[in-house]
Amino acid sequence: MKLNLALRELHRAENSLAGDLLKVADRHKVDHEVYHVARDLARWSQQHVHGLVEVGRRYGLNLKDDPDEDSGLLSTVRGKASELVGRRPEPGLVLLADLRHLHRVAAGVSLDWELLAQGAQAAKDAELLALAQQCHPQSLRQMRWANAMLKMLSPHVLAS
Amino acid sequence: MAARDRIAEPWGTRTPYGPGESWPTRVDTHLAAGVRTEQVDRWVQSASILHSNGDAMDIAVSGGRIVGVRGREVDRVNHGRLGPKDLFGWQANAAADRLSAPLVREGGRLVETDWDTAMDRVVHRIRELLSEQGPSALGFYTTGQLFLEEYYTLGVIAHGAIGTNHVDGNTRLCTATAAEALKESFGCDGQPGSYSDIDHADVIALYGHNVAETQTVLWMRMLDRLAGPHPPKLICVDPRETPVAGVATVHLAPLPGTNVALMNGLLHEIIRNDWVDHDYLVAHTVGYEELTKQVEDYPPDRVAEICQVPAEQIRDAAHILGTAQRLLSTVLQGFYQSHQATAAAVQVNNVNIVLGMIGKPGAGILQMNGQPTAENTRECGADGDLPGFRNWANDSHVAELARIWNLEQMQIPHYSPPTHLMQMMRYVEQGTIRFLWVSGTNPAVSLPELYRIRSILSQQRLFLVVQDLFLTETAELADVVLPAATWGEKTGTFTNADRTVHLSEKAVEPPGQARPDLDIFLDYARRMNFRDKDGQSLPPWHDAESAFEAWKQCSAGRPCDYTGLSYAKLRGGSGIQWPCTAEHPDGTERLYLDGQFWSAPEYCESYGKDLITGAPLEPTEYRAMNPTGKAVIKAAEYLLPHEPPSEEFPLHLITGRTLFHFHTRTKTGRAPQLQAAAPEVWVEMSVKDADNQGIGEGDVVEVSSARGMIRAQVRISGIREGVAFVPFHYGYWDASGADHQRAANELTITDWDPVSKQPIVKTAAVRVSRVGAGGGNAAPAPTNTASRPVIAAAPATRGGAAANTDEKLAPPGGVR
Repeated sequence: MKLNLALRELHRAENSLAGDLLKVADRHKVDHEVYHVARDLARWSQQHVHGLVEVGRRYGLNLKDDPDEDSGLLSTVRGKASELVGRRPEPGLVLLADLRHLHRVAAGVSLDWELLAQGAQAAKDAELLALAQQCHPQSLRQMRWANAMLKMLSPHVLAS
Repeated sequence: MAARDRIAEPWGTRTPYGPGESWPTRVDTHLAAGVRTEQVDRWVQSASILHSNGDAMDIAVSGGRIVGVRGREVDRVNHGRLGPKDLFGWQANAAADRLSAPLVREGGRLVETDWDTAMDRVVHRIRELLSEQGPSALGFYTTGQLFLEEYYTLGVIAHGAIGTNHVDGNTRLCTATAAEALKESFGCDGQPGSYSDIDHADVIALYGHNVAETQTVLWMRMLDRLAGPHPPKLICVDPRETPVAGVATVHLAPLPGTNVALMNGLLHEIIRNDWVDHDYLVAHTVGYEELTKQVEDYPPDRVAEICQVPAEQIRDAAHILGTAQRLLSTVLQGFYQSHQATAAAVQVNNVNIVLGMIGKPGAGILQMNGQPTAENTRECGADGDLPGFRNWANDSHVAELARIWNLEQMQIPHYSPPTHLMQMMRYVEQGTIRFLWVSGTNPAVSLPELYRIRSILSQQRLFLVVQDLFLTETAELADVVLPAATWGEKTGTFTNADRTVHLSEKAVEPPGQARPDLDIFLDYARRMNFRDKDGQSLPPWHDAESAFEAWKQCSAGRPCDYTGLSYAKLRGGSGIQWPCTAEHPDGTERLYLDGQFWSAPEYCESYGKDLITGAPLEPTEYRAMNPTGKAVIKAAEYLLPHEPPSEEFPLHLITGRTLFHFHTRTKTGRAPQLQAAAPEVWVEMSVKDADNQGIGEGDVVEVSSARGMIRAQVRISGIREGVAFVPFHYGYWDASGADHQRAANELTITDWDPVSKQPIVKTAAVRVSRVGAGGGNAAPAPTNTASRPVIAAAPATRGGAAANTDEKLAPPGGVR
């Protein structure tokens, strides 16, 4: 049974997605939609981490239940830096790069949930399957959000 | 005839009527002091432009001047009635400080000039930027107060001739969520219901809609039903004790930012009690399963905790909704300008959908507008959407538009959703939009976080053109100011919140060199020498009526079909509701009869968005979800608001309007009766919050948020505990001090609904600190509206003889 490996890997990936969403939010604090929505979406990943910790116990895993949250000083510094360069056009390109990164990470997480759901079905673990069915759509929505923001912002950033 | 002080009694005399009866007429007339009816030379047909209700009126002209107004008895919207802003607002047309010549910036100052000089500067700068950067350097920001012909012209110029994606209207602040909520549920914009639904409803639910102040004449209609036999029950959702709340059967006053939780609670009860119309759901909808799953998590007890309203009230309200025979639901800014705006407004649609209460007399939805011509901003493409509710993501729609405009398809931007206003401001902030043309709106007062907005609009590198009636706070920052003619000084059409199209004719000449917005846009197009594919002038029309005829062609076959209308047909009688076609020459009272929608994938205006992330659905996703054009039930979870109160800022702040003013008071502040009724900004607090801080009625306080501070006198009102209210009308053009401590938007947060992109100005945290006594005077807030004082006596709001209005009632038993 390698489900515990899959759980461990997904736990790591969700945690890192939560952290990345918060970092991108801070770094683009003056792009207000990115800031607010990325923080809302980070909460989904944090909830997924909690779910994985619960389920992980049954698989003998002692996963850490402290998903990435605002990291105090660093977060403030990133926010301030964002405000300082708020008048310059270059952060537009950085934002595209960051959204592209989020899209990739979220895509990875969503694939991991798919794998876990497949495994859960084979192992006939209804609880695990339910968790996957609840979380997987949200990972896809995180990914589609990054994609939509890219599609919306890129024409202007690239043509101006 | 009876004379009434219509400042003291904004809604006038009651004319009670029962369900299914016709609303009796009452013709309201106000003429300037000393003017008698027989002195009026002409009555010129028009409709109101100071709110979204579309009250039809005739303008009284004497000696070439406007001297008063009279409601149009024949009109379906108001049956002769007028509201205070209709009765007195027209005086602003003749204000001494109207702009009468173009202005250009010289050595840092705005100086008068002629049209050639001003337009040459505009054209010169645009040509420079087009060759340096291309269309992406240019943005256009218009309003909800021009005429249909002007929006369509602007849309053709911006989207077609120039080809920029940066076009929006200030409808983004007022009605973007109405449009988006309709697109989400029905695949297309377009008001499902009709004002006449009030005549039939047995339950009217008003969600964040203080109709008594935003649409006084619509409220008269409801009051007349309430005064008649078998009155409807009212459900009011509002954190303030509004006139609506005062007569409601159930008044729910949720904490700001919790609307989605409340709606999910109501839907939870409706579904749990199985008040649902299952036949309707099966035949005409998709998505019900998802809704039932989502609202399972919102039992009344949990919702009561989130919203801080008694669970019993939620059950009572749900019971009234669920057992209604004819349910009319209306929604406005309390939902549109709050956290999770679209998600909340869509849940209101869901209530009517699951009950099967759509498209029948008295059973309908009114997703309201805040402005008189907002509907036209939306349908003509001046809010960035493509004209005629065409879908930017559907290539065949764009191809059709390119054919109508005789342009290459690639010339029309359709690679992404249109750039909404707040994103445009961000691009201006970054210096990548370098030219902004603002027409008929005042962002330096109306947008959130004003310190930021002023600093953005004041940048040297931005070329700012402002087209307006007065030297507004925004115009003062401009490089070129263009003086515009307004209502009564130009001819055109506009459409109200229930799709009623009115003709508004020119009554008098504009002041000095001021010109209609249409003439300004067409003059600009000629100077730019815009051409279509075959070298013909673009746009090809030359005046209002020819623009209207062109628009009819553009609207043909689309939901907002105007082909059955003409100026001649709109002249003399009542306004007419679109769609109006050869098959339906008298227009269409209600949409979506028999569960037929405009949501088929090939026809719909929008494929919809994710209600939480705002990401648009791909065409294939929509096709799979809704292949046969049903109504779409979309569920949403409640998210925590983005700026909850804290130790430092313990109160929720909401902003809003008062009955007597409109927007930034450019007109109403120049109408003496209206200005006197609400002369200065105030802040409302509850008894308990005021007591806690030792604050009394009329005390001067500082209201601070993380972004700014204002000073105002306190009105202790019936607002719910934990919430402060500041009216948003008061900017700086008539402020006494030079500091920026008056406008509500100094305090608001830069945040918008990710779905509708509407700024959220009703979810922020503030602190109120007492500065001193207000000299023993009560706050300068009206006493006959939601700002009614609850403890200390304040002088009652009166207009006196200057506000006298004749009300001619229909004879008793008379048939209209």
